[in-house]
Amino acid sequence: MKPRHLAIAIWSIILMAAPLFAFQPPPPGQSEFVPIRELPPSEQLPAAPLLVIAYAFFLALMIFYVWTVWRRLNRVEREIHTLEQRTTRSSR
Amino acid sequence: MKKSFVPLAVVTALLFVIAPILIARAPYESEMLLIQKIFYFHVPSWVAMYCGLLVCAVGSIWYLFKGNRVADRYAESAAELVLLFGLNGLVSGPLWARKAWGVWWQWDAKLTSALLLWLIFVAYLLVRKYGGPGSEKLAAAVGIFGAAVSPFVYVSVNIWRTIHPKTSVVPDIVKNPAKGFAAPLLVSMLAFVLLFVLLLMVRVYLAAHQDALDELYLAHED
Repeated sequence: MKPRHLAIAIWSIILMAAPLFAFQPPPPGQSEFVPIRELPPSEQLPAAPLLVIAYAFFLALMIFYVWTVWRRLNRVEREIHTLEQRTTRSSR
Repeated sequence: MKKSFVPLAVVTALLFVIAPILIARAPYESEMLLIQKIFYFHVPSWVAMYCGLLVCAVGSIWYLFKGNRVADRYAESAAELVLLFGLNGLVSGPLWARKAWGVWWQWDAKLTSALLLWLIFVAYLLVRKYGGPGSEKLAAAVGIFGAAVSPFVYVSVNIWRTIHPKTSVVPDIVKNPAKGFAAPLLVSMLAFVLLFVLLLMVRVYLAAHQDALDELYLAHED
Protein backbone atom coordinates (compact mmCIF):
# COMPACT_ATOMS: atom_id res chain seq x y z
CA MET A 1 0.00 0.00 0.00
CA LYS A 2 1.33 3.39 -0.95
CA PRO A 3 1.89 5.89 1.92
CA ARG A 4 -0.68 8.21 0.35
CA HIS A 5 -3.40 5.54 0.37
CA LEU A 6 -2.50 4.62 3.94
CA ALA A 7 -2.85 8.26 5.00
CA ILE A 8 -6.29 8.52 3.32
CA ALA A 9 -7.43 5.32 5.08
CA ILE A 10 -6.25 6.56 8.50
CA TRP A 11 -7.90 9.98 8.03
CA SER A 12 -11.15 8.32 6.93
CA ILE A 13 -11.23 6.17 10.06
CA ILE A 14 -10.48 9.18 12.28
CA LEU A 15 -13.22 11.26 10.60
CA MET A 16 -15.78 8.46 10.86
CA ALA A 17 -14.91 7.88 14.50
CA ALA A 18 -15.31 11.54 15.44
CA PRO A 19 -19.15 11.46 15.65
CA LEU A 20 -18.91 8.39 17.87
CA PHE A 21 -16.75 10.27 20.35
CA ALA A 22 -18.90 13.37 20.03
CA PHE A 23 -22.10 11.46 20.84
CA GLN A 24 -23.26 12.08 24.39
CA PRO A 25 -25.76 9.77 26.06
CA PRO A 26 -28.99 11.57 26.95
CA PRO A 27 -29.35 12.61 30.59
CA PRO A 28 -31.29 10.09 32.63
CA GLY A 29 -35.08 10.43 32.38
CA GLN A 30 -35.13 12.15 28.97
CA SER A 31 -35.50 8.98 26.92
CA GLU A 32 -38.83 8.10 28.46
CA PHE A 33 -42.28 9.60 28.91
CA VAL A 34 -42.56 11.71 32.04
CA PRO A 35 -46.09 11.94 33.52
CA ILE A 36 -47.26 15.55 33.70
CA ARG A 37 -47.67 15.34 37.50
CA GLU A 38 -44.01 14.36 37.96
CA LEU A 39 -42.63 17.37 36.12
CA PRO A 40 -40.69 19.82 38.29
CA PRO A 41 -42.82 22.88 39.21
CA SER A 42 -40.63 25.13 37.02
CA GLU A 43 -41.64 23.16 33.91
CA GLN A 44 -45.35 22.87 34.71
CA LEU A 45 -47.82 25.09 32.87
CA PRO A 46 -50.68 26.48 34.93
CA ALA A 47 -54.01 25.26 33.53
CA ALA A 48 -56.27 27.99 34.93
CA PRO A 49 -55.12 30.88 32.66
CA LEU A 50 -55.52 28.69 29.54
CA LEU A 51 -59.01 27.68 30.66
CA VAL A 52 -59.99 31.28 31.40
CA ILE A 53 -58.63 32.46 28.01
CA ALA A 54 -60.64 29.74 26.24
CA TYR A 55 -63.90 30.72 27.98
CA ALA A 56 -63.25 34.46 27.56
CA PHE A 57 -62.51 33.99 23.87
CA PHE A 58 -65.82 32.19 23.35
CA LEU A 59 -67.73 34.94 25.15
CA ALA A 60 -65.92 37.72 23.25
CA LEU A 61 -66.46 35.94 19.92
CA MET A 62 -70.21 35.56 20.49
CA ILE A 63 -70.62 39.17 21.62
CA PHE A 64 -68.61 40.38 18.61
CA TYR A 65 -70.69 38.28 16.20
CA VAL A 66 -74.04 39.46 17.62
CA TRP A 67 -72.75 43.06 17.43
CA THR A 68 -71.76 42.66 13.74
CA VAL A 69 -75.18 41.18 12.89
CA TRP A 70 -76.95 43.99 14.79
CA ARG A 71 -74.83 46.61 12.96
CA ARG A 72 -75.50 45.07 9.54
CA LEU A 73 -79.23 44.81 10.30
CA ASN A 74 -79.38 48.46 11.35
CA ARG A 75 -77.61 49.57 8.18
CA VAL A 76 -79.92 47.52 5.92
CA GLU A 77 -83.05 48.78 7.70
CA ARG A 78 -81.83 52.37 7.39
CA GLU A 79 -81.21 51.91 3.65
CA ILE A 80 -84.64 50.29 3.16
CA HIS A 81 -86.27 53.22 4.98
CA THR A 82 -84.36 55.77 2.84
CA LEU A 83 -85.24 53.99 -0.40
CA GLU A 84 -88.92 53.71 0.57
CA GLN A 85 -89.04 57.42 1.37
CA ARG A 86 -87.39 58.25 -1.97
CA THR A 87 -89.86 56.01 -3.84
CA THR A 88 -92.85 57.65 -2.07
CA ARG A 89 -91.53 61.15 -2.90
CA SER A 90 -90.95 60.32 -6.58
CA SER A 91 -94.42 58.76 -6.97
CA ARG A 92 -96.13 61.98 -5.75
CA MET B 1 -88.79 37.10 13.35
CA LYS B 2 -90.43 33.86 14.43
CA LYS B 3 -92.52 33.72 17.64
CA SER B 4 -90.38 30.89 18.99
CA PHE B 5 -87.32 33.19 19.20
CA VAL B 6 -87.92 34.66 22.67
CA PRO B 7 -88.79 31.38 24.49
CA LEU B 8 -85.82 29.72 22.77
CA ALA B 9 -83.53 32.58 23.83
CA VAL B 10 -84.72 32.24 27.45
CA VAL B 11 -84.08 28.46 27.47
CA THR B 12 -80.64 28.94 25.90
CA ALA B 13 -79.71 31.62 28.45
CA LEU B 14 -80.81 29.30 31.27
CA LEU B 15 -78.70 26.48 29.87
CA PHE B 16 -75.68 28.81 29.64
CA VAL B 17 -76.19 29.65 33.32
CA ILE B 18 -76.54 25.99 34.35
CA ALA B 19 -73.67 24.66 32.18
CA PRO B 20 -70.77 26.48 33.96
CA ILE B 21 -72.12 25.32 37.35
CA LEU B 22 -72.20 21.71 36.16
CA ILE B 23 -68.75 22.08 34.58
CA ALA B 24 -67.31 23.50 37.82
CA ARG B 25 -68.84 20.63 39.82
CA ALA B 26 -67.74 17.91 37.38
CA PRO B 27 -64.90 15.68 38.65
CA TYR B 28 -61.35 16.20 37.40
CA GLU B 29 -60.19 13.81 34.71
CA SER B 30 -57.37 11.74 36.25
CA GLU B 31 -54.64 12.57 33.68
CA MET B 32 -55.39 16.10 32.49
CA LEU B 33 -57.01 17.55 35.63
CA LEU B 34 -58.31 21.14 35.31
CA ILE B 35 -57.46 21.74 31.65
CA GLN B 36 -59.83 18.92 30.61
CA LYS B 37 -62.71 21.29 31.40
CA ILE B 38 -62.10 23.00 28.03
CA PHE B 39 -63.61 19.79 26.63
CA TYR B 40 -67.11 20.88 27.75
CA PHE B 41 -67.27 23.61 25.18
CA HIS B 42 -64.57 22.51 22.72
CA VAL B 43 -66.64 19.48 21.68
CA PRO B 44 -70.01 21.36 21.67
CA SER B 45 -68.39 23.99 19.41
CA TRP B 46 -67.65 21.33 16.83
CA VAL B 47 -71.16 19.86 17.28
CA ALA B 48 -72.64 23.30 16.52
CA MET B 49 -70.27 23.61 13.55
CA TYR B 50 -71.44 20.28 12.18
CA CYS B 51 -75.07 21.45 12.56
CA GLY B 52 -74.07 24.44 10.42
CA LEU B 53 -72.47 22.15 7.85
CA LEU B 54 -75.66 20.11 7.61
CA VAL B 55 -77.90 23.17 7.18
CA CYS B 56 -75.48 24.67 4.65
CA ALA B 57 -75.36 21.43 2.64
CA VAL B 58 -79.15 20.94 2.59
CA GLY B 59 -79.74 24.63 1.77
CA SER B 60 -77.11 24.60 -0.99
CA ILE B 61 -78.50 21.42 -2.61
CA TRP B 62 -82.03 22.84 -2.44
CA TYR B 63 -80.92 26.12 -3.95
CA LEU B 64 -78.87 24.49 -6.74
CA PHE B 65 -81.63 22.13 -7.86
CA LYS B 66 -84.77 24.12 -7.05
CA GLY B 67 -83.50 27.70 -7.15
CA ASN B 68 -85.17 28.45 -3.81
CA ARG B 69 -83.95 31.82 -2.42
CA VAL B 70 -84.98 30.97 1.17
CA ALA B 71 -82.80 27.85 1.05
CA ASP B 72 -79.90 29.99 -0.14
CA ARG B 73 -80.41 32.37 2.79
CA TYR B 74 -80.21 29.43 5.20
CA ALA B 75 -77.08 28.08 3.46
CA GLU B 76 -75.30 31.46 3.59
CA SER B 77 -76.26 32.05 7.23
CA ALA B 78 -75.22 28.54 8.26
CA ALA B 79 -71.85 28.94 6.48
CA GLU B 80 -71.14 32.06 8.56
CA LEU B 81 -71.94 30.11 11.72
CA VAL B 82 -69.69 27.25 10.58
CA LEU B 83 -66.91 29.83 10.53
CA LEU B 84 -67.86 31.19 13.97
CA PHE B 85 -68.12 27.89 15.84
CA GLY B 86 -65.20 26.42 13.89
CA LEU B 87 -63.02 29.35 14.97
CA ASN B 88 -63.96 28.71 18.60
CA GLY B 89 -63.01 25.03 18.18
CA LEU B 90 -59.74 25.94 16.49
CA VAL B 91 -58.79 28.36 19.28
CA SER B 92 -59.92 26.30 22.27
CA GLY B 93 -58.18 23.17 20.90
CA PRO B 94 -54.64 24.62 20.93
CA LEU B 95 -55.21 26.12 24.41
CA TRP B 96 -56.00 22.62 25.63
CA ALA B 97 -53.18 21.06 23.57
CA ARG B 98 -50.55 23.40 25.03
CA LYS B 99 -51.14 21.92 28.46
CA ALA B 100 -52.03 18.33 27.52
CA TRP B 101 -49.53 17.71 24.68
CA GLY B 102 -46.94 20.40 25.35
CA VAL B 103 -47.45 22.05 21.94
CA TRP B 104 -49.95 24.57 20.60
CA TRP B 105 -50.40 22.84 17.27
CA GLN B 106 -49.50 19.57 15.58
CA TRP B 107 -49.74 19.11 11.82
CA ASP B 108 -51.46 15.75 12.10
CA ALA B 109 -54.43 14.43 10.12
CA LYS B 110 -57.20 15.60 12.47
CA LEU B 111 -56.00 19.12 13.21
CA THR B 112 -54.88 19.85 9.66
CA SER B 113 -58.06 18.52 8.04
CA ALA B 114 -60.21 20.51 10.52
CA LEU B 115 -58.30 23.67 9.62
CA LEU B 116 -58.73 22.93 5.89
CA LEU B 117 -62.46 22.37 6.37
CA TRP B 118 -62.71 25.74 8.10
CA LEU B 119 -60.76 27.35 5.25
CA ILE B 120 -63.24 25.87 2.72
CA PHE B 121 -65.95 27.88 4.44
CA VAL B 122 -63.77 30.99 4.45
CA ALA B 123 -63.61 30.42 0.67
CA TYR B 124 -67.43 30.03 0.58
CA LEU B 125 -67.97 33.44 2.15
CA LEU B 126 -65.25 35.08 0.03
CA VAL B 127 -66.90 33.71 -3.14
CA ARG B 128 -70.26 35.11 -2.01
CA LYS B 129 -68.83 38.51 -1.13
CA TYR B 130 -66.50 39.10 -4.07
CA GLY B 131 -67.69 36.59 -6.70
CA GLY B 132 -70.02 39.02 -8.46
CA PRO B 133 -73.35 38.11 -10.08
CA GLY B 134 -74.14 34.39 -10.04
CA SER B 135 -71.65 33.69 -7.26
CA GLU B 136 -74.46 32.14 -5.16
CA LYS B 137 -74.41 28.99 -7.29
CA LEU B 138 -70.63 28.69 -7.17
CA ALA B 139 -70.73 29.21 -3.40
CA ALA B 140 -73.44 26.54 -3.09
CA ALA B 141 -71.13 24.07 -4.84
CA VAL B 142 -68.30 25.02 -2.44
CA GLY B 143 -70.70 24.49 0.50
CA ILE B 144 -71.67 21.02 -0.74
CA PHE B 145 -67.99 20.17 -1.23
CA GLY B 146 -67.21 21.30 2.33
CA ALA B 147 -70.05 19.24 3.76
CA ALA B 148 -68.94 16.19 1.73
CA VAL B 149 -65.41 16.50 3.17
CA SER B 150 -66.60 16.87 6.78
CA PRO B 151 -67.24 13.14 7.56
CA PHE B 152 -63.60 12.43 6.65
CA VAL B 153 -62.46 15.10 9.10
CA TYR B 154 -64.60 13.50 11.81
CA VAL B 155 -63.29 9.94 11.30
CA SER B 156 -59.70 10.98 10.51
CA VAL B 157 -58.70 10.20 14.13
CA ASN B 158 -59.76 6.60 13.65
CA ILE B 159 -58.07 6.17 10.24
CA TRP B 160 -54.70 7.89 10.68
CA ARG B 161 -52.24 7.95 13.57
CA THR B 162 -52.84 11.18 15.43
CA ILE B 163 -52.38 12.51 18.94
CA HIS B 164 -55.98 13.75 19.03
CA PRO B 165 -58.39 11.51 21.02
CA LYS B 166 -60.55 9.14 18.98
CA THR B 167 -64.26 9.57 18.19
CA SER B 168 -65.13 6.93 20.82
CA VAL B 169 -64.42 9.39 23.69
CA VAL B 170 -67.79 11.17 23.57
CA PRO B 171 -69.95 7.98 23.24
CA ASP B 172 -67.99 6.43 26.14
CA ILE B 173 -68.69 9.46 28.34
CA VAL B 174 -72.39 9.46 27.44
CA LYS B 175 -72.66 5.70 28.10
CA ASN B 176 -71.12 6.08 31.59
CA PRO B 177 -73.07 8.91 33.30
CA ALA B 178 -71.96 7.68 36.74
CA LYS B 179 -68.46 9.10 36.15
CA GLY B 180 -69.95 12.61 36.23
CA PHE B 181 -68.72 13.84 32.84
CA ALA B 182 -71.92 13.18 30.87
CA ALA B 183 -74.31 15.73 32.41
CA PRO B 184 -72.13 18.87 31.88
CA LEU B 185 -71.22 17.70 28.38
CA LEU B 186 -74.83 17.05 27.32
CA VAL B 187 -76.09 20.34 28.83
CA SER B 188 -73.27 22.24 27.06
CA MET B 189 -74.02 20.48 23.79
CA LEU B 190 -77.72 21.35 24.04
CA ALA B 191 -76.85 24.98 24.92
CA PHE B 192 -74.53 25.27 21.91
CA VAL B 193 -77.03 23.69 19.52
CA LEU B 194 -79.77 26.06 20.74
CA LEU B 195 -77.38 29.00 20.45
CA PHE B 196 -76.68 27.89 16.89
CA VAL B 197 -80.44 27.78 16.14
CA LEU B 198 -80.92 31.28 17.63
CA LEU B 199 -78.01 32.79 15.71
CA LEU B 200 -79.23 31.10 12.54
CA MET B 201 -82.69 32.66 12.99
CA VAL B 202 -81.15 36.12 13.48
CA ARG B 203 -78.78 35.72 10.52
CA VAL B 204 -81.56 34.46 8.22
CA TYR B 205 -83.66 37.47 9.28
CA LEU B 206 -80.75 39.71 8.23
CA ALA B 207 -80.38 37.85 4.90
CA ALA B 208 -84.11 38.31 4.21
CA HIS B 209 -83.76 42.07 4.83
CA GLN B 210 -80.72 42.21 2.52
CA ASP B 211 -82.75 40.49 -0.22
CA ALA B 212 -85.61 42.94 0.31
CA LEU B 213 -83.15 45.83 -0.02
CA ASP B 214 -81.74 44.40 -3.27
CA GLU B 215 -85.27 44.11 -4.67
CA LEU B 216 -86.00 47.71 -3.67
CA TYR B 217 -82.86 48.90 -5.42
CA LEU B 218 -83.88 47.01 -8.58
CA ALA B 219 -87.41 48.45 -8.41
CA HIS B 220 -85.98 51.93 -7.88
CA GLU B 221 -83.69 51.60 -10.92
CA ASP B 222 -86.66 50.52 -13.07
